[in-house]
Amino acid sequence: MKRFLAALRARNLEFVRDRSALSWAFVMPVLIVLGFGFGLSGEPAPQYKVGVLGPAEPRPVFLDTPHIGFVPLTDAAAARTKVERHQIDLLVEPAARRYWVNTESPRGALAERLLRGSDGGAAWTRETLSGRVIRYVDWLIPGLLAMNMMWSALYGVGYVLVRYRKNGVLKRLRATPLNAVEFLAAQVASRLLLVLTVSTLVYAGTDALVGFAMFGSYLNLLLVFALGATSLIGIGLVVASRLATEEMADGLLNLISWPMMFLSGIWFSLEGMHPWVLALARLFPLTHVTDAARAIMIDGAGLAQIAPQLGVLAAFSLVGLGLGAALFRWE
Amino acid sequence: MGDILEVHDLVKEYPGLRAVDGVSFSIAPGTCFGLLGPNGAGKTTTIEMLEGIKTPSAGRILYRGEPLGARFRREAGIMFQSTALQDFLTVRECLCFFGALYPRQVPFDELVHTCALGEFLDRDNRKLSGGQRQRLLLAIALVNDPELVFLDEPTTGLDPQARRNFWALIESIKARGKTVVLTTHYMEEAYQLCDAIAIMDRGRIIARGTPDALLAAHFDDRILQLPREDLAGRGLPAGFAVFERRESVEISTRDVDAALAALLAAGVPLARLSVRSRTLEDLFLELTGRELRA
Repeated sequence: MKRFLAALRARNLEFVRDRSALSWAFVMPVLIVLGFGFGLSGEPAPQYKVGVLGPAEPRPVFLDTPHIGFVPLTDAAAARTKVERHQIDLLVEPAARRYWVNTESPRGALAERLLRGSDGGAAWTRETLSGRVIRYVDWLIPGLLAMNMMWSALYGVGYVLVRYRKNGVLKRLRATPLNAVEFLAAQVASRLLLVLTVSTLVYAGTDALVGFAMFGSYLNLLLVFALGATSLIGIGLVVASRLATEEMADGLLNLISWPMMFLSGIWFSLEGMHPWVLALARLFPLTHVTDAARAIMIDGAGLAQIAPQLGVLAAFSLVGLGLGAALFRWE
Repeated sequence: MGDILEVHDLVKEYPGLRAVDGVSFSIAPGTCFGLLGPNGAGKTTTIEMLEGIKTPSAGRILYRGEPLGARFRREAGIMFQSTALQDFLTVRECLCFFGALYPRQVPFDELVHTCALGEFLDRDNRKLSGGQRQRLLLAIALVNDPELVFLDEPTTGLDPQARRNFWALIESIKARGKTVVLTTHYMEEAYQLCDAIAIMDRGRIIARGTPDALLAAHFDDRILQLPREDLAGRGLPAGFAVFERRESVEISTRDVDAALAALLAAGVPLARLSVRSRTLEDLFLELTGRELRA
C-alpha cells in the first residue's frame, strides 16, 4: 500500500507539473460542456427536417408536429435537389397539397408516415424523386474520405515536427546546410504524397465494397483533395511551428480537429443550423473539401462550379504554409 | 595561417542565470582544443554557441575571420551530446541522408571503414549499442569531410574499451589535419587527446594552456603513495602535505629524495611505495574545488 501510494503521488506530481497536459485536462471538458450547452440549449434538436415550398396556406396540421424542423424554401428545383441529397427528409408544398420523398431515404419514409397520419393522407399527392436519386452512402462517402485525410494531414506533420523538436532531430538538422524552407517543404510533400495515396486506396476499396456515385472527373477530385490536404497540413505546420511538447500539440490539434469533424457537414447536413455554426463551418477547410467533393461526385460538377471552393482552399494553403514557415523555429 | 576559430567575450544569459560569462579563446588549425569543467560549468552552452545552435547574448565568434555563416555550416562537423535520428532509418540510410545535405562528401566506404560501421550498416539506428551509436554520430559529423569537428562529451556513458576505441578514432581525425573541439569531464581523455585545454567553472574560463604547461604552472610536487598499514603506528615526518585515503596515504613533496630519507629514518617499509606526478584530475579538482555541487 505504501508503495502504491508513493507511485500514485509521483505520477500525480508529474501530471500536475506538466502544465500543458494539466491545462488540456481542464480546458477540454469546459469546452465540451460549453459546446453542448450552446448546441443543445433551448429546443431539443429536431428529429426530422422538412422543407416547406411556397406559402404555408392552407396551413396543414402537419406543420405543427413537434420535433420536426420546418425549413421554408422558394426554389422548387433546388428544394427537390435537397431531398435527393438527403439534406432534407421531405419536401411539402401546402398550396398544391403535394409532397416529394426520396425513396432511398429511411428518414423520408418515416416523415412521410407522419404527414399522412396527421393530415388525412388521401388529400396529398405523393411525388417520388426518380432519376438520379442519391443514397445516404453516396452523400456520406465524400465527407468520410475528407475526414480520413484530415487526421493524417493534421497529425502527420504537426505531431511529428514537435517530436523532432523535442528529441533533437531538428537540432541535428539545424547544424547542416539544410534550411528551414527546404526541410518543411520535404515534410509537406512527403505527407501530401502519403495522404493522396491512402485516399486513393480508401476510395478504391470503399467503391469495391459498397459502390457509390461518381459523376464527375477523377482529376478534379484529386485536385480538391490535394488542395484540401495542403491546407490542413498548413494548419498542422502552424500549430507545430514553435511547440516543444507533444501534449500541447496533441491538445491543440484535438481542439481544431474535433469541431472540424462535427461541423464540416460530414455526418449530417448543416441545413437550418444556427448562423454562427454556419459561419464557423466556413472557416474549416474540411467544409470546403466536403462541399466540392460532393459537388463533383454527386452532381458531376466541373471546375467552374467548384472554383469558389478551390479558391478558398488555395488561399488556406498559402496562408497556412507561409505562416507555418515564417513562425517555424528549430528549437 | 590565422586561427580557425576565435571567440571574443562570449556571454549567454538565461533568466536568472549567466550560463557563460565572458569567455574568450582561439583555436589554431589542426589542433585539438579541450573544454573541461564540472557539470553545469557552461561547457555545452559554450560549444553550442560555437556550433551556431545557440545565439550568444553578447560576444563574437569568428570562423576563419568571418561570422558563422553558410561556409561554416558546410565545413563544420558536429556531434551533439544528445541527439536523435529519424526513426526506422538504418545506419546506411542515415549516412546517405546527411551526406546528401552537403556539397562535399567523404567517400562512403572510407567513412564506414574509419568509424567501423561495417558490421551494422543495415541495422535500425535505434537498435545500436552505446559505442556503435556514438560511432554512427561521429560518422555523421564527419560525412562532409569537415575542417572543424565539434565533439560534445563523445565518450560519456561508454565502457572503457569503447572509450579507448573512440580515442583512436579521434586521433585518426587529428592525423588528417582536422581541427577538433572537444568537451569532456574525463581528464584522462583530455590529456590523451588535447593540444590545448581550457577549464571552465561557473561560466568562466579559469585556466588555459597545454596540459603539461598547466600542470607545470600549478604543481611542482610529486605524490608518494603508501599503503596505510605500512605507516601505522609510525610518526610521519613533519613538513609534508598528507592526504589520507581509505587504504592508502598520499604525501606531497617537492623533494622526493628528502621525503624518502625521512620515511626511511622513521622506519617505514618502502617496498610498496609508488611515486606519481600530478595529473589533470588533480589540477581539475584543485581549481574547481572538491565540494559536491548540484
